[in-house]
Amino acid sequence: MYSLFVKKNFPFDLNIAFSAFFHLLIIVVATISLPFLAKKPIDLPPIISVELIQITDKTNIPFAPKAKKIIEKVKEKEKERVVSEQAPPKKIKKEKPDVVPLPDEKIEKVKKIEEKKQNPEKIETEIKQVSEFEKEELFDPNTIAALIDKSKEEFAETLEKTDKVTQSQNKNAERVGLSLSEEDALKAQIFGCWSIPLGLPYNENLLVRIKLRLKPDGTVSKSEILDHARMNKPGQGFYKVLAESALRAIRLCQPLRVPTTGYERWKDLQLNFDAKEMLKG
Amino acid sequence: MKFLKTLIIIFLLQSKVYALIEVDITRGNLSPLPIAVAPLSSDKKTLSEIEKNLKIKNIGSEISKVVENNLKATGLFNPLNKDSFLQESDIAHLKPRFEDWKLIKAQGLITGKVEIIEGNLRIEFRLWDVLAAKEMIALAFTTVPKNWRRVGHIISDKVYERLTGEKGYFDTRIIYVAEEGPKIKRIKKLAIMDQDGFNVKYLTLGNELVLTPRFNPTNQMVTYLSYFRNLPRVYLLDIETGIQEVVGDFPGMTFAPRFSPDGKKIIMSFASDGNSDIYTMDLENRIVERITNHSSIDTSPSYSPNGKYICFNSDRSGYQQIYVMKSDGSKVKRISFGKGLYGTPVWSPRGDLIAFTKLHKGKFYIGVMRADGSGERLLTENFYQEAPSWSPNGRVLIFYRETKTDEKGEGFSAKLWSIDLTGYNERQVRTKTDASDPSWSSLLSN
Repeated sequence: MYSLFVKKNFPFDLNIAFSAFFHLLIIVVATISLPFLAKKPIDLPPIISVELIQITDKTNIPFAPKAKKIIEKVKEKEKERVVSEQAPPKKIKKEKPDVVPLPDEKIEKVKKIEEKKQNPEKIETEIKQVSEFEKEELFDPNTIAALIDKSKEEFAETLEKTDKVTQSQNKNAERVGLSLSEEDALKAQIFGCWSIPLGLPYNENLLVRIKLRLKPDGTVSKSEILDHARMNKPGQGFYKVLAESALRAIRLCQPLRVPTTGYERWKDLQLNFDAKEMLKG
Repeated sequence: MKFLKTLIIIFLLQSKVYALIEVDITRGNLSPLPIAVAPLSSDKKTLSEIEKNLKIKNIGSEISKVVENNLKATGLFNPLNKDSFLQESDIAHLKPRFEDWKLIKAQGLITGKVEIIEGNLRIEFRLWDVLAAKEMIALAFTTVPKNWRRVGHIISDKVYERLTGEKGYFDTRIIYVAEEGPKIKRIKKLAIMDQDGFNVKYLTLGNELVLTPRFNPTNQMVTYLSYFRNLPRVYLLDIETGIQEVVGDFPGMTFAPRFSPDGKKIIMSFASDGNSDIYTMDLENRIVERITNHSSIDTSPSYSPNGKYICFNSDRSGYQQIYVMKSDGSKVKRISFGKGLYGTPVWSPRGDLIAFTKLHKGKFYIGVMRADGSGERLLTENFYQEAPSWSPNGRVLIFYRETKTDEKGEGFSAKLWSIDLTGYNERQVRTKTDASDPSWSSLLSN
């Protein structure tokens, strides 16, 4: 680093001055950015798991030690496997009644899963999700069947409660925007909540832009109408009515159906409400 | 050195910024807005005094019913059943418990109180946004007790305006022709009522045939056609004083009168020698001006809200169609080109649309089109219906519909109906007798 800036033909004093200046700069930068870093909420567990999947797929960066062990186990299972890939999982279905846990056991399992989600060290479940995505590499009908069963038995309750987009829909978490399915889920939710004031004229420019700051669970911590000044201008009664109806829709829809991962990506969201097409009929 | 590199990498990672995600919401639901209309609260003294003078047990509850019916009739609101209310109305005029109203899915809430102060009725009401937990409007006014129904209409207007952005149309009246008796011997009287069908009053005795009454948009004057002494003439009537007068002394038949937007002129048709043209008459100096001069039948004129244009129907193309011209009669332009016959055009108070009656293949339609003739939409179809008249906010049309007479000559009826611009919210307007030729007044209070 130092050698980049210091040229040999410079006098010694100037070298020291350069050195002192850059050292000072680095200290200042570190002093400003480090405390700021510490303050930021870190949403590591889900992000790491998803990024890990995609990067691995493309670049062969080695897995984390624990993950590697699990994948090796899965691969071993794959080698030992006798049934073909297309074999129907009849056996599993037969086993199902015997395996159905007692109500108490069910509750315990749900709790365990929640713990896993919150604990960054336990990445076993994330790896299982990896295997679901990478069907070509790690395809195992038994595992999938098991996962489906689990999702039916264990995840159903949790999903119904949270009413969020599942992680399987979040393949493109690395993308800047929301994926199509994520966006559709959010739109569909708001469509249902937004009662469009039918008396509004269709031939006026009535686009209401609302910027939201969301909490990780999809509830709105802050909402701001971007053209707020227009609300109180004379002759802008229709705009005010539309803006208020949009705010009511957001409040009614809370918590918003946002992806379970990538909070940093969607914590600030802008909704553009435009009723023109609907009013035109 | 390694430490330095790490620091720089951390710094670069830290500065990673995500672009703001934008989501376009272009659809919503068209279901009416759920709103709770709590009965207005009042003290015992007020209740007993009102019961004694007006024979009304619970004035607050009655006013809230008027508001509820008005809002429901718009098709834009869904007033919630009072049985589902969790909070009592006697405390609702203070500050609502929003959680209770959220539970019953109300998005808006109307509360208020009524009291008698020095013989007058004092009303205070508030509109709340339940989801935002904030007050949207709070108004108070005083009136004479027997005006209590108008109190309900005024509250409805203010709530409607605040929630839709356009003026209401509840504190208005409708003038119409009340009809009684068999079809061949009909008695027709001029009648006036509140827009919800209450407080009917008859303005003529029924000795002469009366037709096409029209309100002056600026005051309580009415113009109409009467066959007084079997001579069809346009008359003017002051509703408040009851004074009538003939409009102009024309040597033939005058008909289809209508006021100009400023209320200073009357525009009408004058028929003579089998030809009919459009004329105006200045009500101040009584100067008559001929607007059209064509060998065809030009009739049913109606001014645009700014008074610069006139729409009318004419058969100058061979069939009855709608035309638009400048208010001086120049630049006549045909705007209706659909199949069938078009008549009774009326310019919307908003200025954007023209309502009309259309006859096609034996069916009558009430429809609207833009002022340039584009965007024709037929709102309702029936055996016989005509004479649309706009609500003062240009959102609803009132018209009349007749039913078929059976073989014995019975079963005939004529009723008033209203329909909004969506075409979905069609309702019969309650009248004591048969009714035709309705005309909607402007707002009585602003």
